[in-house]
Formats: sequence, C-alpha cells, structure tokens
Amino acid sequence: MPSPRYWREMPQRYRLEASQCTECGKVSFPPRIVCGCGARDFKKTNVSETGTIVSYTTIRVAPDAFVIQAPYNIAIVEADNGVRITTQVVDCAPEELAIGKKVKFVFRKLYEEGHCGIINYGYKAVLV
Amino acid sequence: MVGIVGYGSYVPRYRIKVEEIAHQWGKDSSAVKRGLLLQEKTVPGLDEDTITISVEAAKNALKRAEIAPEEIGALYIGSESHPYAVKPSGTVVAEALGIVPNVHIADYEFACKAGTEAMFVAHGLVKADLLKYAMGIGADTSQGAPGDALEFSASAGGSAFIFGKGNIVAEIIDTFSYTTDTPDFWRREGAFYPLHGGRFTGEPAYFKHVLGAGRAILEKSGYKASDFAYAIFHMPNGKFPLTAGKKLGFRKEQMEPGWIVPLMGNTYSGSSPTGFSATLDVAKPGDLILLVSFGSGAGSDAFIFKVTERINEVRNKAITVKELLEQNRIYLDYGQYAKYRGKIIMNE
Ligand SMILES: [Zn+2]
Repeated sequence: MPSPRYWREMPQRYRLEASQCTECGKVSFPPRIVCGCGARDFKKTNVSETGTIVSYTTIRVAPDAFVIQAPYNIAIVEADNGVRITTQVVDCAPEELAIGKKVKFVFRKLYEEGHCGIINYGYKAVLV
Repeated sequence: MVGIVGYGSYVPRYRIKVEEIAHQWGKDSSAVKRGLLLQEKTVPGLDEDTITISVEAAKNALKRAEIAPEEIGALYIGSESHPYAVKPSGTVVAEALGIVPNVHIADYEFACKAGTEAMFVAHGLVKADLLKYAMGIGADTSQGAPGDALEFSASAGGSAFIFGKGNIVAEIIDTFSYTTDTPDFWRREGAFYPLHGGRFTGEPAYFKHVLGAGRAILEKSGYKASDFAYAIFHMPNGKFPLTAGKKLGFRKEQMEPGWIVPLMGNTYSGSSPTGFSATLDVAKPGDLILLVSFGSGAGSDAFIFKVTERINEVRNKAITVKELLEQNRIYLDYGQYAKYRGKIIMNE
C-alpha cells in the first residue's frame, strides 16, 4: 500500500520545497511548523539546486529494497542556501567522492514497493 | 506565431558498445556496425525511467523558455515505456516540476512516434488559443529482447518542448500526419519484449510512412529539400534515416547534426525529438528544419520549423545534446547491462 507519508511529503521529496522563517531568515528542510528562533511565520522556498559534500559514506551491505544498487554512496550535502540534506550520490564510484566536491540535485527513482506496489521518486545528487 | 519557446534533452550516462553485445551472442560486431551504422547506445541507470528522464529534459526546456512552470497549461508525455500500466507518468512529472494542479495531463503511446504526438497536440492547443503554454515530451527506456537485432539499438533518453505564442525560438510553419494500420512491430499487454515482423519493418512500414509524410508536407508547404538547412528522420538504426532522407532529396550534411543514432541508439519516442533538439543546438536564425517521426503500427508526423533570432539567446542556457552524448560516459559490460535492464531473474 502506498504510504500516506510519501504522498504528503511529495512537495519536499519531488521539488525540494523548504520553508524560510520570516523573522530570522533561516531556511528549514524539511519544512517546519516552528523555527529554532521561536517564530511560526514562514514563506515557501526551495533548496538550492547545487551544493557541496560535507561528509559521505559507502553502503556495501544494503537493506532489501536497495540490494541491487550496492555498493552505493550516501552523503550529507550542504546546499548553496545552507540547508543540509542526507542523500544518495549516484552515477559515480565510491572512489570519486570527496569532502568539498560540488553536486547537483536530480530527480530519480528511490525504490519500488515490491513488484506490484507504487514507485517512490525523489531527489538524489550527482557530481558536477 | 506559434512555436517552441523552450527545448531541452536528457540522456543517461551509461553506455554499452556494439562489440560488447555482439560478443555476448556470438555475432560479428563489424557486420552490425557496418549494416546498422551503430557504435554504442545509452542505458538508463538503475534509478532512471521514462518519468525521471522526462523531468530532467523538461527542466532543461524550462531553463531555455525562461517561464514559470505554473504557466504551463498542459503536459503530454509520449513513450512506449511508461513505468506504470495504469497511472500516468505525466502526474509525477508535473508534480516534480511544480506545474500542478491547474494543468491538463495525458500520456501518449504510439511505438516510436508517441513523442511527436505529444508535441503535435501541445502545439495544436496553443494554436487554438486554449492554453498559453503546453509541453510535449518524448522519452523512453526501450528494451530489445536478448539476442534480437533490436538489442543493439534500443536505448534511453528524451526531449521536452514547450509550445507558446511569444518569445519563440522556432516557429511551426506546417504539420502533416500520415497513418495506416500496419502490423510491423507490437507488444501485447503483459509481454516483456516486443515482437517485429522482420523484413516487413522496412519498406511497407518505415519507408512508406516516413516518405509518405515527408512528400506530403513538402507538397503542402511548397518547399523543396534544398530550401532546408536541416532534416531529421526517425532513427531505428543508422541506415534507414539516411536512405529516407536521400530519397526525399536531402544531402547527408543536412541530416548530420540530428543523426545522433550512432552514439545514442534508437530512443524510440525520444529518437527524432532528440535529433531535433541536437539540430536546434546548432541552427541559425532563419534556418528551415524538417522533422519526420515514425511509429510502428504505423504512422509518421512531419513538422516544418523556422528558427528565430532567439535561438542565439537560449542555446547556452541548458546542456546541449552533443555534450550529453559525448561527456562523462560510463561503459557497462554485458553482465552489468543485464542487471541494469532487469534481464536477470531475482528472488522477490
Ligand atoms: Zn526563525
């Protein structure tokens, strides 16, 4: 069964929609109800299309839905507008990753809910 | 004036060479390369499909169109590899681009010509003043059966075109469609790989329809082959489009920029649209371009475009097809390719 959470989170998963606090200007992703500064007034924005690798690792023993992709790379990426996102970095070998390398976000298939279930899509990163 | 306000393409980074496929099945690679004029083909990544390819191509089209996504009133995707049998590809793509909810969406299917169908309808709705902007996409992650000749060509990629009335980069001068019921190539519901009628696919299918549409649009518009700067014909292999073009009076130089099949393979619904995108990448203001698609079953859509001054402003706002085809290639061996294309049976 498709999870209600996947559906609810489409704007952030598909378009990297974030919220910017109108008080302190901090961009939150995923979008928040209350900012760290205590304010509750936000305007809609997007995470920048590009960013920099802050930290990374390679997964060699993968959970069931990802076995076919192993080994695959996971990184913490700091987007150009300061938002930090944990994401897969695809289309590259583990040896190609390094802290400080530039990436851009792309739209990819995340996983399939079994053979007959829905296909989950979202963002990943590729090296630029 | 109605025409294209933005165009863009996307091609996955993975490739397999003709030699690698030929070696797997004990075939002579030099005969295949000579006979079909193919060198390598694109292969989708494990996490890529018609939907993700459409999103990336459409993003590039939006960069060149310089319009807000919400202004697009219709989105049509033509493909023979929509990921779902029931559930549109277009809804996912529109959601990812931020076009929802005020938009009309449909998925098209007509073998290799579904992409130009999407373009044809998007263009018509703008021309009729029903919509300000409409997007037509042709994208595919085509599969040929293992060991079949189609395996050398069936590839992945796509292109997106936004139609509108202001700020256009290429005006549509004329269109023509030519269609008959011809059983040259098909795939039944539930079958994994398509079947084709062997020799039947050439003369009575591809050539009859491509030449039929090509001759008719030339006659209707009053143009001669020599009036055109460029022409693109659907590319099931390297040889067919060159032969069809020659029969219509076109020289190889007119077809060269859009003849992307040696490095790309046959991207089905994305084939002639991506050849057209590659041609726009090099075209000059005032150039006339002929585009003729072909889809088995069978039919051809023909378009005549006239390039405007704006091409020089938008060309470099997104990646070109040549860059997509020649940069950052990752080569797969046949084993990796079989895994990437889901040709290996796994336990659930
Ligand atoms: Zn705040």
